[in-house]
Amino acid sequence: MSGTSKTAVLDYGSGNIRSVERALATTGSSVVITSDFEVAVNADGLVVPGVGAFGQCMTGLRAIRGDEIVAERLRRGRPTLGLCVGLQILFQCSTESAGVQGLAIFEEGIERIPASILPHMGWNLVDAAPGSRLFDGVEDERFYFVHSYGRLQQQSNAALPDYLPSWSEHGARFLAALEFGSLSATQFHPEKSGDAGLHLLENWVRSWR
Amino acid sequence: MKVAVRVIPCLDVKDGRVVKGTHFRDLRDAGDPVELASRYGSEGADELTFLDISASEQGRATTLEMVKRCAEQIFIPLTVGGGIRSKEDVDRLLRAGADKVSVNTAAIIRPELIDEIASTFGSQVLVVSVDARRESSQSSGFEVTTHGGRQSAGRDALSWAKEASERGAGEVLLNSMDADGTRDGFDLEMISLFRQELSLPLIASGGAGKIEDFPRAVEAGADAVLAASVFHFGTVSIDAAKRSIAAAGQIVRLPSQD
Repeated sequence: MSGTSKTAVLDYGSGNIRSVERALATTGSSVVITSDFEVAVNADGLVVPGVGAFGQCMTGLRAIRGDEIVAERLRRGRPTLGLCVGLQILFQCSTESAGVQGLAIFEEGIERIPASILPHMGWNLVDAAPGSRLFDGVEDERFYFVHSYGRLQQQSNAALPDYLPSWSEHGARFLAALEFGSLSATQFHPEKSGDAGLHLLENWVRSWR
Repeated sequence: MKVAVRVIPCLDVKDGRVVKGTHFRDLRDAGDPVELASRYGSEGADELTFLDISASEQGRATTLEMVKRCAEQIFIPLTVGGGIRSKEDVDRLLRAGADKVSVNTAAIIRPELIDEIASTFGSQVLVVSVDARRESSQSSGFEVTTHGGRQSAGRDALSWAKEASERGAGEVLLNSMDADGTRDGFDLEMISLFRQELSLPLIASGGAGKIEDFPRAVEAGADAVLAASVFHFGTVSIDAAKRSIAAAGQIVRLPSQD
């Protein structure tokens, strides 16, 4: 593709998205923050950030038809990256917000992490999936996590073709990142993970630019 | 696979300048916050904390501008504290680029502030800062103070930390008022006691003076160690603090080898 690629950061009232914008800008992509349906659907890459509770995020997302935006991008095979709760909402539900339906792209649930100290806060390692493009060159680096819920490995039965899960551990092994066709997501915050995080975002942009 | 101990430099900012004194008095100039933020970001700090100790509205406005400029310098989490009394204050700081906020006196005066912030922005944004000092009449042996350690809040520091946790705090910043600024080391007994009784991450603060103080605080149970003047004045570098924690068998994030 010629010219500068355009990445949109979906704004649905969730947290410090300026830092996501700044981090993406370091990859050379032109970045817009948007809650507009057409802009979000048509951007070359879309980042779906997420902080706070699962239920709150889903409410905010639906208010701007974010559920339809993500579904439409998936259908068209357009690159989409979920961050933190932006990973969790790809699943069916979460014990954090009982009764709230997620995007249900994966038919599994998010659960509270069984650890003696929560939130899981700080820099942790990731067991990158073999063949992962996101972690290429940063397999041994630490990334910044802050969360109390996650997709637990022991409960996981995902055997979808082309599904690449990467795992981390705090009390139990949980999903640190996933790559599934045009869809990627990280439980950690690459925009807060120093040089390693910037490298990962560059990997993501490079995978489709 | 284990989460690394965080080493956090703290900028005490008054009217746009970084200052440091003993027991919040005799303040000395320690530099420009934006320059320091940038330096610590590149030196491998795991997070940065920015405490506004300005007394005036004008000072606070200057600070908001400083937070914006600091946030532009770094790709690590930024916590901002000082003078936060409402959800609106939190919203303003998050929009300026803060990832977390730390509340102290206002939450002691009106504990519901913790519930309000946690339910609006999530627990992960909220650090409850507990300025504690030894007081034998309290059941834990520590009392909580307000106004930068100048006033007793008349309540037990540990029971306050537990209440803050139940109300939705995401972390506790435990600052020893006895040790603060002395450079005689962290209050290890206090760290150990709080670690045993709390189930959220604990940041130890107050008293760091030499490299060996850092691994001791971690062994006592701190999940993160915070210091100001030893870093600002170059007594201990971020890297040296991390390497001494690593040498004691604890896990830290070190720069990659390439």
